[in-house]
Amino acid sequence: MASFTLRVNGERRTVAVEPDTPLLYVLRNDFELNGPKFGCGLAQCGACSVLVDGKEVRSCVTPVSAAATGRITTIEGLGTLEKLHPLQRAFIEEQACQCGFCGSGMVMAAKALLDRNPSPTNHDVRQALNGHLCRCASHNRIVRAVQRAAKEMRS
Amino acid sequence: MSGSRRDFITLSGSLVVGFALAPKWALAQDRPRLPGSLNTNRRLEAWISIEPNGRVTIFTGKIELGQGIGTALSQIAADELDVHLDRIDVVHGDTARTPNEGQTAGSLSVEQSGTALRFACAEARDILLSAAATKLGVPAAELKVSDGTVIAPGGKSATYWDLVGAADLKREASGKVTPKPAGGYTWVGKSVARRDIPKKFTGGAAYVQDVRRPGMVFGRVVRPPSPGAQLTSVDEARVRSMPGVVAVVRDGSFLGVAAVREEQAIRARDALKQSAKWKETESLPPSGDALYRHLMSATVPAQTVTDKASATAAAPVKTLDALYTRPYQAHASIGPSCAVAQWQDGALTVWTHSQGVFPLRADLAKAFGIDPKQIRCIHAEGAGCYGHNGADDVVLDAALVARATGGKPVKLQWMREDEFAWEPYGSAMVMKLAGGIDAQGNVVTWSHELWSHPHNTRPGATAGVNLLAARYLAKPLDPGLPPDVPQPTGGADRNSIPLYDFGNVKVTKHYIAAAPLRTSALRTLGGYANVFALESFVDELAAAAGADPVEFRLRHTKDARIRAVIEAAAQRASWRPNAKSAGDGGRGFAFSRYKNLGCYCATVADVHVDRKTGRVRVTKVVAAVDAGQIVNPDGVVNQIEGGIIQSASWTLKESVRFDRTRVTTRSWAEYPILRFDEVPEVQVVLLDRPSERFLGVGEGAQGPAAAAIANAIAHATGKRLRALPFTPERVKQAL
Repeated sequence: MASFTLRVNGERRTVAVEPDTPLLYVLRNDFELNGPKFGCGLAQCGACSVLVDGKEVRSCVTPVSAAATGRITTIEGLGTLEKLHPLQRAFIEEQACQCGFCGSGMVMAAKALLDRNPSPTNHDVRQALNGHLCRCASHNRIVRAVQRAAKEMRS
Repeated sequence: MSGSRRDFITLSGSLVVGFALAPKWALAQDRPRLPGSLNTNRRLEAWISIEPNGRVTIFTGKIELGQGIGTALSQIAADELDVHLDRIDVVHGDTARTPNEGQTAGSLSVEQSGTALRFACAEARDILLSAAATKLGVPAAELKVSDGTVIAPGGKSATYWDLVGAADLKREASGKVTPKPAGGYTWVGKSVARRDIPKKFTGGAAYVQDVRRPGMVFGRVVRPPSPGAQLTSVDEARVRSMPGVVAVVRDGSFLGVAAVREEQAIRARDALKQSAKWKETESLPPSGDALYRHLMSATVPAQTVTDKASATAAAPVKTLDALYTRPYQAHASIGPSCAVAQWQDGALTVWTHSQGVFPLRADLAKAFGIDPKQIRCIHAEGAGCYGHNGADDVVLDAALVARATGGKPVKLQWMREDEFAWEPYGSAMVMKLAGGIDAQGNVVTWSHELWSHPHNTRPGATAGVNLLAARYLAKPLDPGLPPDVPQPTGGADRNSIPLYDFGNVKVTKHYIAAAPLRTSALRTLGGYANVFALESFVDELAAAAGADPVEFRLRHTKDARIRAVIEAAAQRASWRPNAKSAGDGGRGFAFSRYKNLGCYCATVADVHVDRKTGRVRVTKVVAAVDAGQIVNPDGVVNQIEGGIIQSASWTLKESVRFDRTRVTTRSWAEYPILRFDEVPEVQVVLLDRPSERFLGVGEGAQGPAAAAIANAIAHATGKRLRALPFTPERVKQAL
């Protein structure tokens, strides 16, 4: 066991775990953040995606020790029900899910995209999300939601 | 069913009114038939509760799985009660609180639960109006209701919340209060935003994976390496001494573990896997083309599904036959199955994403040899399941492990490989089609012969126990052999009877109940494969007759609703009769009415075929849908879009891999699904029929989408693909 102080959604939080513990379990179980999901544990699906220093990482395969120095952002850090981030608002307005289990990872990947490219084409959005799996097949709604948010964030 | 709310007061600590849920007498044949699920859950208070604080709670046995059923049901209730939608709370699937509506399956939730709530709420409103009439001294007929406030002509008023003491809803429904007529709705028919979505995008506790209980520990299961394997030895002691490990549970070939931290449970699982020795046997069928020969060689009696002779049909002048196949396909939920289980004083409480909490409870009771009253199953959403995946199985795993944790609740989640290797698959199938056309090019003979394993092995499908771990216990429990789902909905033979006027029609099935690879309900059951075959073969006969596929379908039906969706899809897609394919692009058409009883759906698919690589890209799909009266148009569109794209994924990519011993599909690497850059544009046309009854849509588009893609590939290339999925290797081989 080792102690790690993580910067998560703007707060410092300390946890004592094995250094190779996947970040996902610390976020979900120690910090009780529901956003990142266990989907595969193999970095194949993207359900667990969070941002570390603005870059998308797969928290299911990222050791907590590797994330300890970065600024970690989960969907909870973007906005709340009362004060939604434009991406959250857009996903809700486009009704861009069925089950929504992939949704948090999609939103975080979209956040990373819009931060580096505020005016993506639909092709750009599809490429940026291509490593994320959606089984309910809400893909087209998700692309529309990202574009809706991009538009709002530009204006 | 003898469970009651009262039984659970001590268990759950919640304040609920005791009443009997679907008691035995409710099923008696001599009682008048009530609409929808009201017939089997006849008490009004089982469905609706008016709260003194201005809220309305509706109870449904149907569960939310991202299809938006909670929203649709709240729209129906708000309209019948004349209250604002925001006043309505929905309680889904809880054996202590909701009606027993069996499984949430078959695209029946709006039909069954929606119809029940519509009549229950109409009657509740009537009772509340009577109470208001007495209180206000005005005849009920003169009263109006606005958002739960009953207003008399002179302006005097009373609210539902005031009247709730005087209005007795604790009674059996009469079914005699007529719901509002079409056109009288405020909420039904509108694209109301789904109530389950905001929390899903803000980190709310939306799923069973998010359930946290005091003192909860984490569980994992160690499945055998293959379905026929038996555990011969394992070093339990070493794993018990690992950090955080709370319990190691071995019962026969069932092996599970619980630990304080989730990653500790995973490490303990890995250690158990490493030390476990198994005796494996070759219990699986051959794969590849040999699988289909194996299915067709099964010695089961051929059953006639339909055999209709025509007195007027001419003799065929041309006959064709063709063999279509569908492999085992996976539900492949994004989130592996998960459950939370807790034992207290011999009673079991579980949080589950099962699609049927009551049938699950019955199987758990059999598995543990206890009274169902000692078990409470509470639904919480999981990742989309698309049918019977590991949702029920993981509950038994969690409950078995939780017996060893001294009353601590256990959250047990399957790993990705558990889900891929152990979920019950959609059955492999063979469809042998034959048909003949007369001199005018009309179909005069039609034959459809099919081979399939079961499409329903959910809890309750047999007298046995249909929970995976039960068959691996030291005293194994027999799952039993399920019968096929009978017509008119059908299971293996779902949608095998053509709705066209085809003269002489014969449909035969070979139902192989014993399945070496576990199979169960995957969206549409046999419908996807049967419609793929049937609608492909319609195009093959149309080509033989030199006819345009749309015109050919229209000439074989007089049914106005079938014709309307076919024409609407053709029109929206600007279908050009007898159009030649453009280069590597092609266009295909297909139609089905789901279950031959549900929604009508016609599809036009555009594809591009890369002749060099064999890669098929579906570029666009247009669908026209008649779902009767539409409760939530955007909800319907969302379901149809999802159904089409998921079907495109099944059709182009999906097939479970296995050898004679093991399932070798263990991750997304071995089971690719459609990605963002491969997803077609989808357009959906809705034909609203406000005076027709609700028809579910969750499974309406998968069959016709597959056949339209197959027909489009044939149009583009001149080659007919009959073996799913249409992988680049298969396409290249055909070309």
